[in-house]
Amino acid sequence: MSVEGQGLIAASPAPGSAMMRRLRAAAELLGRSPTGMFGGAIVLFWSVLALLAPWLAPYPPNKIDPALLADPYPSTAHWLGVDHLGRDILSRLIWGARTVLTVAPAAVIGAAAFGTILGLFAGYKGGLADRVIMRVGDTLLAFPKIILYLIIIARFGASAFNIIAVIAVTQAPIIARIVRAVTLDVKNRDYVAAARMRGESTWFILTTEILPNARGPLIVDFFLRLGYTVIAIGVLGFLGVGLPPPDPDWGSMIKETYGMIFIWPHMTLIPALAVSSLVVGFNFLATGLREAAEDG
Amino acid sequence: MTRYLGKQLVNIVVTLLAVAFLVFALNELTPGDVARKLLGPYATQDQVDRLYREMGLDRGLLVRFGEYLWNVVRGDLGQSVVFRQPVASLLWDRLGNTLLLAGVCFAVIVPFSVFFGVLAGMRERSAIDRAVSVFSSLCASIPEFAMGVFLLAIFVVWLGILPGTSPLSTGGDWPIWMQFVLPVMVVTLYDAGYLISMIRASMVEVMRQPYIRTAILKGMGFRHVVTRHALRNALITPFTVILLQINYLVSGLVVVEMLFAYPGFGRMMLEAALAKDIAVVEAGTLVAVSVTMLTQLFGDVGYMKLDPRIRV
Repeated sequence: MSVEGQGLIAASPAPGSAMMRRLRAAAELLGRSPTGMFGGAIVLFWSVLALLAPWLAPYPPNKIDPALLADPYPSTAHWLGVDHLGRDILSRLIWGARTVLTVAPAAVIGAAAFGTILGLFAGYKGGLADRVIMRVGDTLLAFPKIILYLIIIARFGASAFNIIAVIAVTQAPIIARIVRAVTLDVKNRDYVAAARMRGESTWFILTTEILPNARGPLIVDFFLRLGYTVIAIGVLGFLGVGLPPPDPDWGSMIKETYGMIFIWPHMTLIPALAVSSLVVGFNFLATGLREAAEDG
Repeated sequence: MTRYLGKQLVNIVVTLLAVAFLVFALNELTPGDVARKLLGPYATQDQVDRLYREMGLDRGLLVRFGEYLWNVVRGDLGQSVVFRQPVASLLWDRLGNTLLLAGVCFAVIVPFSVFFGVLAGMRERSAIDRAVSVFSSLCASIPEFAMGVFLLAIFVVWLGILPGTSPLSTGGDWPIWMQFVLPVMVVTLYDAGYLISMIRASMVEVMRQPYIRTAILKGMGFRHVVTRHALRNALITPFTVILLQINYLVSGLVVVEMLFAYPGFGRMMLEAALAKDIAVVEAGTLVAVSVTMLTQLFGDVGYMKLDPRIRV
């Protein structure tokens, strides 16, 4: 179980001990699926590297040393070699993990929060509010994703905040749909009516009575979406509209060295392997959780 | 049916208008950029202002948006500032190239995915199912740019049997058809990974149905059951998903186009967006959104035709 997952699992008002019990239950579920375990291990691996980047990275990630280009290949001094500017690839990879594992969860949590509120509200209120929210969401979804990202980021500039914002806003409608469907399904059940009779506030009904029903689909969606977001961030980096240089970003590392693949293939292949492994990790984790949930 | 279609068409027009306005307004937040861009960094503010007025940028947003729409209706998409040619000719040219690549990809992806999806789904949890599932989720997890890098390293750098760029020019050492191999391979592996898992899931669902068990217990051959009884029903659900791949193939090819220097629609959009070439971005977005919405409509209608239980 990665650190990012705790946010959603803990989204219920349960106090500490109940939360621990839930976490343990989730870990046990995952333990039954080898695929999920494998994915979780990869995600854990990168999370640890990201968390401990300042202590694990052997060199400063932006330290340029052209002299090293005489022999840029992996060696005992530089385990994964150096890039086209003589920067240590391992250090850049570790710091890059920190970047992607900050930006991707932030974007997905943003999308989940924004989409959940809109979906709850649209589903519970119905009527005009519902129609307007869903209509705006559909319009956003009609845009091809990459083109929308390009327009907005080319317009407002590439920064971590803009990337998080654009991904959060464009993915929120999908999450809103999931939550809205669940809300429509349960809003007329007796326990919701009972809460209304007791005079509970709308906010309480939405978050305590209705939202927990959407937890299962949301958690699986969360990890799938993390994988997808890692790809999206990589694509932006590769297209040259990712996080601004010189700070390490896996997609940009590939873009910068792509033209040199004939001479120094390791400079491009290593970050490509890193980003692929992280997406594999998230997707397998999501598959494992879904399988575990299906088998009961 | 006619009413449904009419309603959907109105819906498409409304969405297109909203999209057109959004892109238009987004690009208007700091006008003057275009004039500054055209004249270069050393132009005086006076010159910039004059060009700004000459281009009519000093009038209200809605007035200019109305004018733009009127021009679009008459078939005039404006002039590209960056590519220095009418947007219409540039757009059709690039779109043609992308449609060609997308068409080839689609023709490869669909049979490939159906074959493996059905193969995996017909015997749930068999060795073949496990192998195909792992393979497909692995492929769907490797981003196109990484997949492109891996394939390029193997087939171009290491083996040297394929060209590494696809500029569609006949002058080079490689015939045109070979320039398609790597881009198609990258797109197929990435996209088929997703499609295979969809088709597999649907096939598994169908194979659990009682009528399939009855057919097998009746003594009918397994192959016959799969091809005659299961296949058709198993393809109803993924039909829409298969059609939705057309969207991805039209606007999502930008990464592959950048990887292999392919002169396509996505690359044009990237270059235009970076250079703030509004006319191109606006027209390109409208085309891309139309494609999305039309395939969606087409998918819904086809779905109804395939499954007689669904009616509007």
